[in-house]
Parts: sequence; structure tokens; C-alpha cells
Amino acid sequence: MSFDAFGRRDGGFEPSRRRFVQGLAAGGAAATFGLWPKASWALKSSGQPVVLSGTEFDLAIGETPVDFTGRVRPAITVNGSLPGPLLRWKEGTTVNVRVSNALSADSMLGHETSIHWHGMVLPANMDGVPGLSFAGIHRGESYLYRFAVRQSGTYWYHSHSGFQEQSGLYGPLIIDPVEPEPFRYDRDYVVMLSDWTDLGGEALFARLKKMSMYDNHSMRTVGDFMRDARRDGLRATLADRRMWGGMRMSPTDLSDVNANTYTYLMNGTTALGNWTGLFRSGEKVRLRFINGSAMTYFDVRIPGLKMTVVAADGQYVHPVTVDEFRIAVAETYDVIVEPAGQDAFTIFAQDMGRTGYVSGTLAVHEGLRAPIPAIDPRPILGMSDMAMDHGSMGGHDMSSMRRMEHSGHDMSAMPGMDMGQGSAMQAHPASEIRNPLVDMQAMSPLPKLDDPGIGLRDNGRKVLSYSMLRSSFDDPDGRDPGREIELHLTGHMEKFAWSFNGVKFSSAEPLRLNYGERVRIVLVNDTMMTHPIHLHGMWSDLEDEHGNFMVRKHTIDMPPGSKRGYRVRADALGSWAYHCHLLYHMEAGMMRTVMVEE
Amino acid sequence: MIRRNLIAVAIATACSPMLAAQTMDHSQMQGMDHSSMQGMDHSTMQHDAAPKDPVTPIPPLTDADRAAAAPPQGGHVMADNAIHSYMLLNRLEGWNAKPGTGTAWEGEGWIGIDTRRIWLRSEGERKGGRTESANLEVLYGRSVSSWWDVVGGVRQDFKPGSPLTFAAFGVQGLAPQKFEVAATAYLGQRGQSAARFEVEYELLLTSRLILQPLMQVDLYGREDRARGIGSGLSTAEAGLRLRYEITRQFAPYIGITREQAFGNTADLRRDHLESVGDTRVVAGFRIWF
Repeated sequence: MSFDAFGRRDGGFEPSRRRFVQGLAAGGAAATFGLWPKASWALKSSGQPVVLSGTEFDLAIGETPVDFTGRVRPAITVNGSLPGPLLRWKEGTTVNVRVSNALSADSMLGHETSIHWHGMVLPANMDGVPGLSFAGIHRGESYLYRFAVRQSGTYWYHSHSGFQEQSGLYGPLIIDPVEPEPFRYDRDYVVMLSDWTDLGGEALFARLKKMSMYDNHSMRTVGDFMRDARRDGLRATLADRRMWGGMRMSPTDLSDVNANTYTYLMNGTTALGNWTGLFRSGEKVRLRFINGSAMTYFDVRIPGLKMTVVAADGQYVHPVTVDEFRIAVAETYDVIVEPAGQDAFTIFAQDMGRTGYVSGTLAVHEGLRAPIPAIDPRPILGMSDMAMDHGSMGGHDMSSMRRMEHSGHDMSAMPGMDMGQGSAMQAHPASEIRNPLVDMQAMSPLPKLDDPGIGLRDNGRKVLSYSMLRSSFDDPDGRDPGREIELHLTGHMEKFAWSFNGVKFSSAEPLRLNYGERVRIVLVNDTMMTHPIHLHGMWSDLEDEHGNFMVRKHTIDMPPGSKRGYRVRADALGSWAYHCHLLYHMEAGMMRTVMVEE
Repeated sequence: MIRRNLIAVAIATACSPMLAAQTMDHSQMQGMDHSSMQGMDHSTMQHDAAPKDPVTPIPPLTDADRAAAAPPQGGHVMADNAIHSYMLLNRLEGWNAKPGTGTAWEGEGWIGIDTRRIWLRSEGERKGGRTESANLEVLYGRSVSSWWDVVGGVRQDFKPGSPLTFAAFGVQGLAPQKFEVAATAYLGQRGQSAARFEVEYELLLTSRLILQPLMQVDLYGREDRARGIGSGLSTAEAGLRLRYEITRQFAPYIGITREQAFGNTADLRRDHLESVGDTRVVAGFRIWF
């Protein structure tokens, strides 16, 4: 048996002569071979060579057959591996990464590729967005990324071309700091979560356009109506159905694509593959969680262990100890755990929609497992999730409904609204008015920073919320924002159309910032979906409810019904992508160019 | 109202530099009302502590920075206006009535972008190996609001009788409570006029077992004896189909339909010794791709 450069065993079980990056085999038969791949991703453990480190790198992007579901499918990989190799850089160095496009002429994954270094502060032409930063990397060509590394922490990289990110082009990126870290640990593992589908990205996008509810098999039925009527009374149940029906929406719509389509991966292997990180009792283990999914939010916990969050999106935070956290697409969280008292612990990551999970194990030796918890009950969206939970709205439910229907009507047309209760109605940009791409608007969105999110409230566990995150440093800029830009996250579920302010990327003008200025971006979520919003090239310094600096991030999660503000210091000249990091929302138009000009 | 004004004043006082900046930015804000920034209570911001110059200095720009910032030709390519399509064979069924059996189809589809689409509709019926009726509509549709499209185009009737062409104009969309609605007016080449209203609903008995009631009403402007059509309210059809979604895209169903002729149309049928109403048992498939 041999190990390839990425810690996976190969040889032995190969139905064809091609090399497989294998996940879940079709039936039990393959399991008896005992050949589950183990991409170990250990950074400090011995005998598990997986890291590409230094300052010179050669990355070849090509097509590799993979099997996560029992069917062999082409993936787009970096150096033949999915996820791509772990890159380990050092703060203060200049890295040279030569990325070559080795996709074959007949590849269904496209002819052009790119790598974007998510969360990195670097010159615009190194950011890796075709058409904004550079021309992309065409077949047979290569591009030299060369830039100074001026930050440290846990990040990741991924393609910014078409749907390649869905098909496997992503990998972890770790930057070791110059200064000693403010915490200690004995072992260090990356836990990269992602979602895989045998469908190609284009096919999945086309399916979402045809029927966006395809994966929602829990829409409310007649049986649910009877149950709710028994529990809440017929009147209340009818009113509830009338309200949701009035909006032509379903409160069970938590995510657009779920485990009915996806197979979830941890470090490139399925739950059956059981990625395992080793520990000795009493050691401190650092787990660097990265959500490299195209569409999946994960709720992560390790039953029996407390997790101390020490960094978010690569940046140190004041340590906070929790039982569970939700990781939005593209976020990273570094946690420290101290496993002791049992030989194995399950790392359990269930999707936000409660349709599936991926798990791995922390164990004292390979081959151990701990019990895997059941998936939590499926929540449904409530009025506060839709930003309709308005204190002064009592008895005005129907008018609020009409408000949702006739999106864009003038506020003054709403009878009976008591505006004197202190919290005014949310105003909306004119471009949302009578816009066929906008199917709802938030009435009274709130920051909701202390809300752990739908499905995590009052679950008996201590769950991380944004309000618990405090950067371990003061606001690095310090200035108050000189101006404020309010943007609304908008969409149409039925059409699967997504946008900012009701205007899709290809119809929108760039957002212009002046070099050196500090702005506040206020986002209002006018949809019932959760959106992770990522600004390239500059940090997003999240503010608390009072407008004070709270935590530095590169991706800001925007749950339904939320309105959140963050500061951006425009210290990076050039054109930058600014988008929802749900891949299909971005491709449907939820993106803008941010131009930082002199 | 008084209290609200006070709050507005408080915010304005606390955030006066910010408000001044906002006024500069109003073109971009597309008519945003900044007085309603609830949930973002800026009145308690710590302005005293905020320096005028950044704690971390903004690096002066170099020519290298400017060179790196030059965007490439062409711009970023996105799929946000890509052309998609959807074809639904809503009913592909065999029917059994008294007397006789036959087959029927009804389908629709679109091709286009989010707000502008070419719509296709077709329905027809075969009996005893002959096509009794068949038509095809090709319409251009444009979204006029979140839930409604206006459509206009042509309808070609191949049967019954000799082929007929109509101009078609209508609205379609999703009404509150998720009723799928279409109303279309037709103007024929020889001056005939017609109108059709359709309503369809989906009731989820379970997530896979779905009851689909539908209702369809046809009206005509004038009598057309050759085609068995009387003026005014001509026919109404109600159907109830119960399907099981083996997959999202493939669902067999069974159902029952009742067609009833009214007014002149009913008279014409009586003249031809045909029944005025027709109850059918149907079984078929619903398929989309």
C-alpha cells in the first residue's frame, strides 16, 4: 500500500486504470477492502505529509475522476487532489504561486480557470477574479501569483470561474504568524467542510432556475396542517397558512440545495470515510474549520467537548467557549479543544436545513468511532426571520401581508401602522419598487447579532453568535466611517434570481469608493434566505448594534430579517468582487464590483 | 409622532458628520430614508474616541499599485442573464368516458431569462386513432411585477375543423395562496373572439402525493357551428388529479374530470345528440425537464 503526496492511499482498489480520489463507494462491498481514503491534514502530527509550504509553489489545475456517491464523476482538482493541497505560508514573506491550467480540451469543467485567495489582502491583479483582477488562466497557460503575505491565520482558496468551486477547486490556506500566537496547542488540524454533487454546477444551476424548490421535500402538507390545527387551533393555523400563502412562500425553505442533492465532505471524505484526527489525552488540539461549500451552512459540534473559538476568518478573537457554532459558507473558525476522558469524539457537522451531515472523529488511534448524534429536528422560519416581528404590529398582520405582496408600495399607504413606538419601518431603495426580481422586503430588520440562528435557538447548548466575537485588537483604522452605503439583499425564490437592491450584477454600476476613505456598509436582508457576503481585498469590520467596532471578518453572514453594519477601509486600489458567497446566488446576479479609485 | 421627532433629532445630533456625508451620497442611495435606521442606534457611538486620521496609516500609492489596479479587458462574465428553459408536460393521459376512450395532452414551457421569456402552450385530444383537437400557442412574456407576466403572441388551432390562427394576449402568474392563474384573450383571423381562464392549485397530501385541482373556462364571442361552439360561456372543465412524484420530474397520476357545456354550445351538442356534460376517468404522467 502506498500513500500519495496528499496522504491518501491508492493502489489496490481501482476499477479502471485511472487514479481515483475516492469517497463513498456504492455499496458495502468496497468497504471490506478497508481502503477508505484518509486525507489526514495534520499539521503537527507526525507521519502525515500533506502540506505544501515555503514561498515557491507550482499548482496544476486539472480534471480528476472522483467517486463520493458510488458513481465516478469528473472533479476539477489542484495537483490531483480534492480539496487542493494545504498551502502553508509565512507572514512577512513573498510567495510565488505558479498556477497552470492543465484542463483537457474536452473538459466539461471549462477551459478557463482561476484561483482566488479568500480573505487575503493583496494587489488587485493577484486576487484571481477573471475579468476584474486578471484575464483568467486559459488552457495550457499559467499565471504567476506573486505577493507579499501581510497577515496570518486560517484562510482558503478557490476558483472564481463559473461553477468550478462546486466541482472541487478549493483548498485550505494557512499563514503562520511572525509574532507568537496568543494561545497554545499541541496538535493542529484543518477541518475543511464542503458539499459535493454528481451534477455539474451548470446542471444544478439550470435545475434551480426551473424549479428552485426541487430539494425541499419538507414543504407543509395536509398532515402538517391537521397537526398544527390540533396544536395551535384552527383559526391560528389558517391565519398562518394564509399569511405564507399570501407571500407565495414556504417557511420550510431554509436552503436552496441540501443533502437531497449534496454529499457533504470533511477534508475531502464522506462521513463513511471518517476523517480522523489523532490526539493523546490531555492535549490541546487546534481545529481550523473552513467552510469551503458552494451552498451549505454547517452547524458544528463535538459532543462531549467544549470548543474555544480563538479566531474567526483568520483573525484572533477574545477566546469564547461554546458547544456549537454555525459556520457560514466561506467563513473560517479556529477552535481549541481538549479531548480527554474517552478515546474518541465525533466532529459532527449537520447542514442548516437538517437534511444531512458529515462527521469525522478525534481519536487516540485510527479506526475508532464515537456515537454519531441524530440530526436535529427541522426548524421552520418564523415571523422574526422575515423581519416581520414588529412590536407595534399587533393586530396588523394582514396589512403586513399586503405589504409583502405589493413589494414596493409606499409606506404611507399602510393604514394603522403605529410609527411612534421607537422603531421605524425599513425604507427600501427605489430600484426595488415594482421590480419583478424582488419578491419580498423586510419590514423591520434588526442586527440580530446575539441570535445564533434558525434551528439553534434554545437547543440546550451554548451556541456561538456574532455578538460573542470580539477581535482581540482595537479597530485597526479607528476612524468613524465618513459615509454610509446601504445595500439590500434581494431575490425572487420562484425565479431563482438574486441581486443587490433588485439589480443583478450585469445591470449594475460598480460601487465606487475613494482610496483611503472609510465607509460603513449597511446590509438589509430583504429575502428569506441566509447570505454570506464577502468583499474582496479589504476587511469587513463588523459593528455592534451601536455602531462600534466588534470583529474583523472577510465574510459577513446575513440571516433573514437582519440588518447589519460594517466598516470598510478602502486601502486597496482597483476593482474588487463583492458578492454573496452562495455560489448559485452569486452566479444568479448577487454580486457587485467595488471600485476603489484615487 | 413627537417622540419619533425627538429620536430623529437625537440621531441627527449624534451623527451630524455622518448625515452630512450621507447627503453627498444620495444619488447612490436611490431615495433611501435615512431617518429610519432602526436597529442601528448610532446615537450611542463613541465619537469622542474616534481619531480623524487612521491609526494605521493609509499607504501612499505607488505606480506599482496603479499598474496592479488596472482591470483587464472584457469584464467579469456571469450567468445572471443566461438563457434557461423549462418544459412541462402537465398532463399526458389516457381517458375513459361513457362512451369511448382516448388520449389527451396539455403542456407548457418557457425559454428565456428571468423577466423575458418565450412561452409555449399546447393541448389536444385524440380519439379512435384520430386527432380531435390540437393547438399550439407561442407567446412572448414579460414580467410586470413579482408574480405576474403579460403575454402576447399567436395561437394555432390545428383541429377541430380547418386550421385557425388567433392573436393571443393575456396575463399569467401566481396569485396569493399560490394559485396558478392564466387569463388569455384570443382574436381569430376571421374576427372570432375567445377567452380562457385557467386556475390550478397543488395540495400536498404528503411531500410526494399531490392533489392537483384545476378549473378551466372558455368563452366565445360568436357562434361557430362547424366547430360546435356557441357564443358566450361555452364550456367549463374541472379536474382533480392525484399524482405521486416518484421523482420531482416524473409523476404518474390518476384523476377525474368533468366537462360541461353551457348556453348555445350546449344547444349545439343537443342538436347533434351529443351529451352536454362529460365525465372522464384519466390516468397519465406528469413530466418536466
